[in-house]
Amino acid sequence: MNAPLLEVRHLRVEFPTRLGTLVALDDVSFDIAPGEILGVVGESGAGKSLTGSAIIGLLDPPGRVAGGEVRFDGRRIDNLPYEDMRKMRGRHIGAIFQDPLTSLDPLYTIGQQLIETIQTHLPLSTVDARERAIRLLQETGISAAEQRLDQYPHQFSGGMRQRVVIALALAGEPRLIVADEPTTALDVSIQAQIISLLRRLCKEQGAAVMLVTHDMGVIAETCDRVAVMYAGRIVEIGPVASVIHAPAHPYSTGLMGSIPAMDEERERLLQIDGAMPRLTAIPRGCAFNPRCPRVFDRCRVERPDLFDAGATRAACWLHDSGVEKAA
Amino acid sequence: MSAEASGIAGGRPLVQVKNLAKTFDVSKPWLNRVLERNGRQFVHAVDDVSFEIAKGTTLALVGESGCGKSTVARLLVGLYQPTRGQVLFDGIDTAETLRSRSARTLRRRMQMIFQDPYASLNPRWSVADIVGEPLKEHGMVEPSGDAAGQAPSRRLRARVAELLQSVGLAAADVEKYPHQFSGGQRQRISIARALATHPEFLVCDEPTSALDVSVQAQVLNIMKDLQRRQGLTYLFISHNLAVVRHVSDQVGVMYLGRLVELAEKKTLFTHPRHPYTRMLLDAIPDIHMSGRARTPVQGEVPNPLQPPPGCTFNPRCPHATERCRQERPALLPSGHTLVACHAVQEGRI
Repeated sequence: MNAPLLEVRHLRVEFPTRLGTLVALDDVSFDIAPGEILGVVGESGAGKSLTGSAIIGLLDPPGRVAGGEVRFDGRRIDNLPYEDMRKMRGRHIGAIFQDPLTSLDPLYTIGQQLIETIQTHLPLSTVDARERAIRLLQETGISAAEQRLDQYPHQFSGGMRQRVVIALALAGEPRLIVADEPTTALDVSIQAQIISLLRRLCKEQGAAVMLVTHDMGVIAETCDRVAVMYAGRIVEIGPVASVIHAPAHPYSTGLMGSIPAMDEERERLLQIDGAMPRLTAIPRGCAFNPRCPRVFDRCRVERPDLFDAGATRAACWLHDSGVEKAA
Repeated sequence: MSAEASGIAGGRPLVQVKNLAKTFDVSKPWLNRVLERNGRQFVHAVDDVSFEIAKGTTLALVGESGCGKSTVARLLVGLYQPTRGQVLFDGIDTAETLRSRSARTLRRRMQMIFQDPYASLNPRWSVADIVGEPLKEHGMVEPSGDAAGQAPSRRLRARVAELLQSVGLAAADVEKYPHQFSGGQRQRISIARALATHPEFLVCDEPTSALDVSVQAQVLNIMKDLQRRQGLTYLFISHNLAVVRHVSDQVGVMYLGRLVELAEKKTLFTHPRHPYTRMLLDAIPDIHMSGRARTPVQGEVPNPLQPPPGCTFNPRCPHATERCRQERPALLPSGHTLVACHAVQEGRI
């Protein structure tokens, strides 16, 4: 495999609060290669969106990166000054957010927003930029792109707006796209269109994608690899098929089993009792231990690192063979 | 369960919906209409919908946003007045009864669970108040002491605790307030509140779509257990076909206010007939079909203010002919399915 485009190493994000410092992300490490789509799944509060925000440097204060590093194409980007990071975003790293309505400015036409974005990142004249904007809209499957360029966001439906948002994210020809729940606000039929669009464009441009979602179905259809997050840490990471069909971590197993499937009947769904711990009360040892069906003494005391577990890597003492390889 | 699901066993179905329609007036104010020379404007949110639900079974309504499924739910429990058609509950017309003196008795027999567990519980009330309110409102705790000689407030509390335990919460939770619970636990409180009056029929409007999958599994399991134990009848509204497949006996697919297909769960999922149903089933990303390339659906749902003439699905349908663009198909039997499609009736697909 070629050198990774994005390297995240031991990333730690903290929120200083009145009640003490909350650790929202702890020791998160992963790579994304060019042209690869990495899915990040987890339930609400697992820290998946936060991972995305930390990478693109858009953590809401008082949140801050407290440790570890993020490297883009070999260069550290987590400690860049604000202005430099702003130039990175859009030009080298594109971002797509969940709600297509709030990602667009209602007072400007689609064309103005696209052309502004293009000219910010590429040295093009207004005429050339307009041409490029039309081409971008066409690529994202918007018909009559020339006319639609002069319309306002409210004249577009939800699915169409999300296409515009994708066009905006692709305007600077970024090499990495961070997509945070890009299809969650959309209906299934539209969701299918957007996913296949995203996948096609990334393959064509060879862009790496980090796709954050809670929808395992979307992950299964889109991604090459997937990282499962729980309480601010990655509990399992590996190829999509392995994580879905042969998960190694008990949490991944529970998560997969709790999803009602389309092709088989089950009288009861597998359920994980309890709920994800709050950041203020993360249990000692493995954060999953109070809910884990296979818990044993060591889990309550010591926190597991990622171990090799067949095709995937899982943070679970069940897979500690004693011969730990360097992370 | 499957014998009852056919709707024939047990005689009369518990819920019968006949040609139900709801039209909303979305006209501009009078002055604008006069100045701009516009007429009145209506949205036909629900149009000519008929179905039956047998006792102890679940009918699920699926469809995309704006198809009218939530309006049907609200019509059924009487939160909206139907424009046309009627809803019969155990043989009695609900719209009429809810205006009469026996409204209370009927309300007690049907309850609703709402989508958002954050908005449907009063944050200033304790769980004891929330779950106890329907009990007090319907006078289900007798004011005088019973054999054990307990005070009414003690018995109310005991009943609330019992209800909480039936949905997997602790009896000690009665003292707490909604903000002390997670989303899944709040939805269980909603279920406990709905169950307080011993209803026979529960209308569930997207009860799990605001929840995480592992929590969704907990809530769905509880709903199924309750159905088995208490013989509840459900109308289950959802946009998630996988969830629908898990909970339902019959499935109705809605598109722009109309029912386009109605069938037994097994039939619908193995032999979908209507092109829209096929499209929906095709569009779902499923974790067990990793790597399968799916056929993306063309187009989007048209504006409900100006639905296309004929079959409303015709602009997106690969099988549309001239007839589909002019004549609206009726919901007719075809095999074991009821389907509203000219192409199916003509045997073209």
